[in-house]
Amino acid sequence: MTSSDPVTAVQRSGTRNAHDAAPHPGPSLRSGRPSPRDGVPATQGVAGSLSGERVPSRDSGEAGEGQSVLVVPGASRSSILLGSLGFGVVFLLAWQLVPPALGVPSYIIPTVTDLAREFARMAARENLAVHVFSTVTVAIAGFIIGSLLGAAMGYVLGMSVLIEKVLSPYILGLQIAPKVAFAPLFIMWLGYNSWPKLVVTILVVFFPILVNVLQSMKTVDRDLINLARAYSMSRMQIFWKIEVPASMPALMAGLRIGATLAVIGVTVGELVGGNTGLGYLITFGEGQANTAMVFDAIVLLTAIGIVLYGAVAVMEARVLHYIPRALR
Amino acid sequence: MLKTASVLDLIGVTKRFIAPDGVSPLVAIERVSFEVRSGEFVAVVGPSGCGKSTILNLVAGLDRPNEGRILLNQVPVTGPNPTVGFMLQKDLLLPWRKIVHNVEFGLEARSISRAERRERALRELQRCRLQEFAESYPYQLSGGMRQRAALARTLAIEPAIVLLDEPFSALDAQTKLILQKSFAQTIASSAITTLLITHDLMEAVIMSDRILVMSERPGRIVEEIPVDLPDRDNPMARISAARSREYVDHLLGSLHLQDKAA
Repeated sequence: MTSSDPVTAVQRSGTRNAHDAAPHPGPSLRSGRPSPRDGVPATQGVAGSLSGERVPSRDSGEAGEGQSVLVVPGASRSSILLGSLGFGVVFLLAWQLVPPALGVPSYIIPTVTDLAREFARMAARENLAVHVFSTVTVAIAGFIIGSLLGAAMGYVLGMSVLIEKVLSPYILGLQIAPKVAFAPLFIMWLGYNSWPKLVVTILVVFFPILVNVLQSMKTVDRDLINLARAYSMSRMQIFWKIEVPASMPALMAGLRIGATLAVIGVTVGELVGGNTGLGYLITFGEGQANTAMVFDAIVLLTAIGIVLYGAVAVMEARVLHYIPRALR
Repeated sequence: MLKTASVLDLIGVTKRFIAPDGVSPLVAIERVSFEVRSGEFVAVVGPSGCGKSTILNLVAGLDRPNEGRILLNQVPVTGPNPTVGFMLQKDLLLPWRKIVHNVEFGLEARSISRAERRERALRELQRCRLQEFAESYPYQLSGGMRQRAALARTLAIEPAIVLLDEPFSALDAQTKLILQKSFAQTIASSAITTLLITHDLMEAVIMSDRILVMSERPGRIVEEIPVDLPDRDNPMARISAARSREYVDHLLGSLHLQDKAA
């Protein structure tokens, strides 16, 4: 059998038919999911993913195309990395040197060394570790609870067309509503403690994951479902053996978005009320006209977001190992 | 010649759909009758939209006819039936499963042990000459190999009849020939009863014992052509036989393709 030559097999598979059987892992998701990297708010997912699903353009791509778009011509990987690092160094140097040179006082734009000094002071005098711990805990707890609820709700709605149709205008409405604006309400209801922050975080994480999972449930390849039906599988077997695995790429995309939103949720909760967390340190620094403290808190919040996002990315790579890299 | 028992009977089957305008009924197939006997390889050809795939869905029990009866081993089809295996143009392999687990898929609705399931899957992979790819994922296989894996999955449930709905039409010309031969060998060596739906006239001629020609919508069977050629297990031998060309020419005439091109 010439067709069982493993070398040609592998080369051809990654580019052409690899995603025939599952519309999600491949091209449809790339277009269907709101990419966090583009800075598109996750909440635009409803319209975006509805219209963007099943764009066949990548299907027609012949061998090699998938990879070539990702590679900058004439640039090796290490030189790209060097370029990024170099840009960072230049940026920090400019930050350090340009504002003082232009006569901008450090209470408007503190220099990088000011930030480092303030960081050390906060660690020593302001219980920084406690605040960081509080923010991290609420962000992770809110992310996990919001994800679980969002995914569960997405699967329930995906299983029941009727409920989904009845509720869809309200889901859309809630999705568009600025969730962080609920924070003062939650404080009035739940008091000046960790609960309002947690609830806001859960709420902002919930929707993108719900929408992504629901969308993927609605677009599972009908032929796969028919195949399972032809094998006399029950509704629950179809759910666990086809729909849940087929929704994994969409769920992972939702988790990526959720990870970044979780930090926003907890920050807003802390900004609005309470006396712990990095968001609180921002308002505290603002009250004291301590610009460096505000900057430091923002940097730390960003770092927390990056770590959370990275953790999801690692998980995604493990869960979606069956999707060839070029298509992911 | 002793007439063997029929595995599949369609008796006066009509299927109507609601047209996109929501009012007028759309007759997909009308009073279709034919039988497929045990071990026979029957091909159905016809213009696109003639209801070939409707026949497949009806036989697989995924849809019900409006009129007429469908019998599998003399028993009426009332729903999805574990004795029917079907394969589409798409291989429908689950990308998150290894090949061997894909082959086991059809058996998971049955109450057999995990060990037996795996044993049967490995046996089918061997039959389809894919045993060394049991632990691979679908994306690591070529299109042709993936279709063979799909055939292994189809055969694993030991169906009374295998329905093939244009299984080779997504493949390039050379892979197609290789795969047609591979399928023909597997099917002939195990005497598997097969119904092939195709738009490829040559494919119908080189693979089947009998060809049913369908008309445009509403799809009816307008001609039945027994293929009196040797080498049903070797399409590559048939394809170079001069008489195959005659059959194809005859089919071209039956389908009035020359008139349409003019």
